[in-house]
Amino acid sequence: MNAGTRGRGAIRGGLAVSAIGLLALAGVYVLALKHTPVEIRQGLAQKIFYLHAPAAWSALLAFGLVGMVSVLYLWLQDPRLDLFAASSVEVGLAFCLVMLTTGPIWAKPIWGTWWTWDPRLTLTLLLFFIFLGYLALRAALTDRSERARFSAVIGIMGLLLVPFIHISVYLFRTMHPMPILMKPSKPSLPPEMLKTLLCSFGVATLLYIGFVMVRYGLAIRQFDREEAQHES
Amino acid sequence: MSDTLRAALALAGKDLRLEFRSKTGIISAAMFAALVLIIFNFSRDPTTVSNLDLAPSVLWATFTFGAMVALNRAFHLERENAAFDGLRLAPISREAIYLGKLLANLVFVSLVEAVTLPLFILFFDVDLSGALPGILLITLLATIGFVGVGTVFSAMVVRTRFAELMLPVLLLPFMVPPLIGAAMATTRLLAGRPLSDFAGWLRFLAVYDLVFLTLSALVFWAVVDE
Repeated sequence: MNAGTRGRGAIRGGLAVSAIGLLALAGVYVLALKHTPVEIRQGLAQKIFYLHAPAAWSALLAFGLVGMVSVLYLWLQDPRLDLFAASSVEVGLAFCLVMLTTGPIWAKPIWGTWWTWDPRLTLTLLLFFIFLGYLALRAALTDRSERARFSAVIGIMGLLLVPFIHISVYLFRTMHPMPILMKPSKPSLPPEMLKTLLCSFGVATLLYIGFVMVRYGLAIRQFDREEAQHES
Repeated sequence: MSDTLRAALALAGKDLRLEFRSKTGIISAAMFAALVLIIFNFSRDPTTVSNLDLAPSVLWATFTFGAMVALNRAFHLERENAAFDGLRLAPISREAIYLGKLLANLVFVSLVEAVTLPLFILFFDVDLSGALPGILLITLLATIGFVGVGTVFSAMVVRTRFAELMLPVLLLPFMVPPLIGAAMATTRLLAGRPLSDFAGWLRFLAVYDLVFLTLSALVFWAVVDE
């Protein structure tokens, strides 16, 4: 039974991109630890920022793309779009998990608490659960086109829910404003820190592309294999 | 448009008729909500936490769980004897199916809430006399939001093996924004604040309803078509 070679290129390319990305991540840490000044008030704890913020960026990129690709799927009904969305969800969840674990590690010494119901934290947590539910639903469905359509519906609705969660949690919290808010675009950021941060964003994007390519290649191969089994 | 509405009303009428003939669903859901209230009453120390402080959270948590139980059954009816295939083959639009199911669910969930609210007043000794119209408005706005999204999701999860578990997993994150809005508005209302203090939350609930009802109606075909 030969399911063809479709998807192999994506896997190989993705592995290469991921390897480069991981090396570059090590590079970012050398840059962050040796060539970037230590933040005066937060000390070394601030270094986790170079992992946390880019992970957040990649997770949002991943989920944003899922929403857009889901709209395209309902319009064009191309199974490749569905496979891409599912791959992006998995990778996005991985980055989301990095964000949700590095955040509390940083917050404990700086904010004095592991968790707070700040808008951004709540939004991340709910997005994590929405897309975990997305994967759970996929796993529970057997019909392929049904799975693709239902996933697209969740993807679109999830994307549209983002502003509502943000507004509601933000208003919910106005009584107790957070004294410290992370603002990556703070103009007072020293140039060395900004440089390291921008590098880390680039690396996270590279890792996102690499991981999604591998996952997408695997999904395509699985799709073709199922197709071949179906025919024989 | 009148065709869509007529088909939707016929569908909702059919669902509700089935429901009222057996009465199992509505009685179980109302009993469930009453039991949640009882659980809440015993999961706190009444000497340290006053009723009024806890009331909005209790009310909204109960409504959330009650709605969840009620929504779970929405498409179960259609599973037997391939009834859903018949519905799909009927010469009516997908929007009509959505609207019909939505109306039936709204009536069903509202009935569960209508049973819960007096029990809530009784058990928690909350004085709602002046706040009742406000509470009803908040409840209506939040319920439309819950049920609008819930109707789409319950049509999806019924195709899986673990429908009862899958619905809360998918729906609860979507219930968080209207839940926050409803709970905040209720808190202010019960504290005797003026309307201007929570009108923003009412608007928030209305926008949520508008956006998600429109979106749900637009994507519903993707959930029912083969």
